[in-house]
Amino acid sequence: MLIIILKILIPFLIIFNMIPFLIWLERKGSAYIQDRHGPNRAAFFGIRLGGMLHSLADVLKLITKEDIIPLHVHKPFYLLAPFLALTVACVTYAVVPFAHPIEINGEPFTFQAADLNVGILYILAMASLGVYGVMLAGWSSNNKYSLLGGVRSSAQMLSYEIAMGLSLISVLMVGGSLELNNLVISQGATPWSWNFLTQPVAFFLFTTAAFAETNRNPFDLPEGESELVAGYHTEYSSMKFAMFFMAEYAHVIMASALIALLFFGGWQVPLMSTDFLREQAGLGLYILLLAHGILFMVAGIFLLTWFKKGKYGDLRDYEVLVWGIPLVLAGLGLSLYTLLHGSFDLTPLGSQIFAAVVQFMTFMAKILFFCWFFIWIRWTLPRFRYDQLMGLGWKVMLPLGLMNLAVTGIILLMR
Amino acid sequence: MITIHHYLILSALLFTLGLLGAVLRKNILIVLMSIEVMMNAINLTFIAVSRYLRVMDGHVVAFFVMAVAAAEAAIGLAIVVSLFRTRQTIKTTDWRMMRG
Amino acid sequence: MSETIFFYIFAVISVGMVLLMIFQTNPIVSALYLVFGFFGVAGLYVLLSAPFVAVLQVLVYAGAIMVLFLFVLMLLNLRKEDLVYDRLNWRKIGVGGVAILFLGFLAHHFTRIQIQPFFDLPENFGTPEGVGRLLFTTYLIPFELVSILLLVAIIGAVVLGKRQ
Repeated sequence: MLIIILKILIPFLIIFNMIPFLIWLERKGSAYIQDRHGPNRAAFFGIRLGGMLHSLADVLKLITKEDIIPLHVHKPFYLLAPFLALTVACVTYAVVPFAHPIEINGEPFTFQAADLNVGILYILAMASLGVYGVMLAGWSSNNKYSLLGGVRSSAQMLSYEIAMGLSLISVLMVGGSLELNNLVISQGATPWSWNFLTQPVAFFLFTTAAFAETNRNPFDLPEGESELVAGYHTEYSSMKFAMFFMAEYAHVIMASALIALLFFGGWQVPLMSTDFLREQAGLGLYILLLAHGILFMVAGIFLLTWFKKGKYGDLRDYEVLVWGIPLVLAGLGLSLYTLLHGSFDLTPLGSQIFAAVVQFMTFMAKILFFCWFFIWIRWTLPRFRYDQLMGLGWKVMLPLGLMNLAVTGIILLMR
Repeated sequence: MITIHHYLILSALLFTLGLLGAVLRKNILIVLMSIEVMMNAINLTFIAVSRYLRVMDGHVVAFFVMAVAAAEAAIGLAIVVSLFRTRQTIKTTDWRMMRG
Repeated sequence: MSETIFFYIFAVISVGMVLLMIFQTNPIVSALYLVFGFFGVAGLYVLLSAPFVAVLQVLVYAGAIMVLFLFVLMLLNLRKEDLVYDRLNWRKIGVGGVAILFLGFLAHHFTRIQIQPFFDLPENFGTPEGVGRLLFTTYLIPFELVSILLLVAIIGAVVLGKRQ
């Protein structure tokens, strides 16, 4: 029972902690793309965390803001819509595997909340429900801009779901399973056998469709601010607006996780299979700890070189010391401990857990990279026009997906 | 304990409700939705019987019914939209004459 | 025991939502009630160990058909006088009575059959693999016919939707 609750809670916590981080990444990333500094003012006793405190300040602001319910809205659905959007965005994580399953006392233990045999269909079903939050918000707001945003979003999501499904089918044909874990295992640990090389067209189609499904630029027409004020969430304020915001980022994280799982080997560590990791767990742990120690030291020393007295003339001067000195000390301690301890001798269970931890870290790194990819695209490409969007979906992606499916089928038959 | 009786009666109830909706309401969209409910009730019967007899043929039939429902919804909605364009109403009673 | 509880929860959800759907003036509201009703039916499918059909139910009905309904409803931009609930008359009461009789007839016949409780199931009952195997062997020709039906429906919808 406890394990089930933990399995549900941990992915949930990971996502909810990643959302503020992604907001920070979005602001800072957009700033660097546009040659600005980005957020750097919010400070708590001089600690700014490179602007990350802005996310915290945002949360405080959004919670304490007045919650306005306009008089002209359809109240039940107006209140329901943000909850629906966030819930649908969160339940999808139930089937995401975070590492290779391990065995504890002979019993298999999977690193996913629900090991469904319909895995990927479940994700598609939940993704297709994402449109309800947006549609309901658009309609119940009783505002022409919101309604247009809702109608646009429903048409867009319906159109791109088809391309998404078609690209998924060819991946499933190659992998031979609907379960995400089996799909990841079937891709193997070598990067050149991952699906982004064996299924490049499907990868392109899926990534494009994922951008459309998450309503991100260049497909953010449902909230295109230059035409529709703010689209479907024009009438929303304070925490209800924040829930739409969080739902968007939860969708981004989910889409990144799916791209990583389906096309980039999921939790597979490049060139290191699960068996290899388990066999070499003692040496691996040694190298990992030593590498972290050195990394911490280098990062700490790098931070310390930024220290300049009188740069701001207040507590902010000492922020780099607050982070740099503990980092250097921790790195030094870790390296010394590892060097003095010598090689590690792990039990079979310990080596399994070590492999799972390394795989989990690899998976998170892949997710973060694709989250950054989403942000990168958003601040690089301009928005589509609406007819271009529909033309791309129906006239380019649908035939491409069908063609890819036929070619994949023929190749699989010939093999 | 839940037996197949429960499922059969539930699906009969759903079917009747769908029938009522289709007959009583004048709003064409609610009529179409009621037809979807009737199809769902039939699917429920198929799945329940298939569980009872331990064969999966009922699942396949449910799959076909869903495809038919999707086709019906697409055509039905297209007809509603084109009728609404000429008549500006969605009441079934206002659509007595077929000629425009 | 938990199966009984879940059966009644899902049964109440599906029947209650369909009832609410029928007696609504605003078709958008009733479409949403129907979505929740479909979720209830999907839950019943899970209880009947048909996970594949349950997911398809959510994917096809809730994710595609009802979104289409809502989309059309939002596009139609209905006037206020279209949303009035039609009055009760003798014809309707008659229809309702006939429906209740019909239901009673069905229920009577169902409960008269002597049956055994549900048995345990084979390993891959209701999984995508099992259903797919059946779909592409025994039911291959109906499957192809259904695909043609869907194609015809697509073409028909496009032709109907086109302005002359």
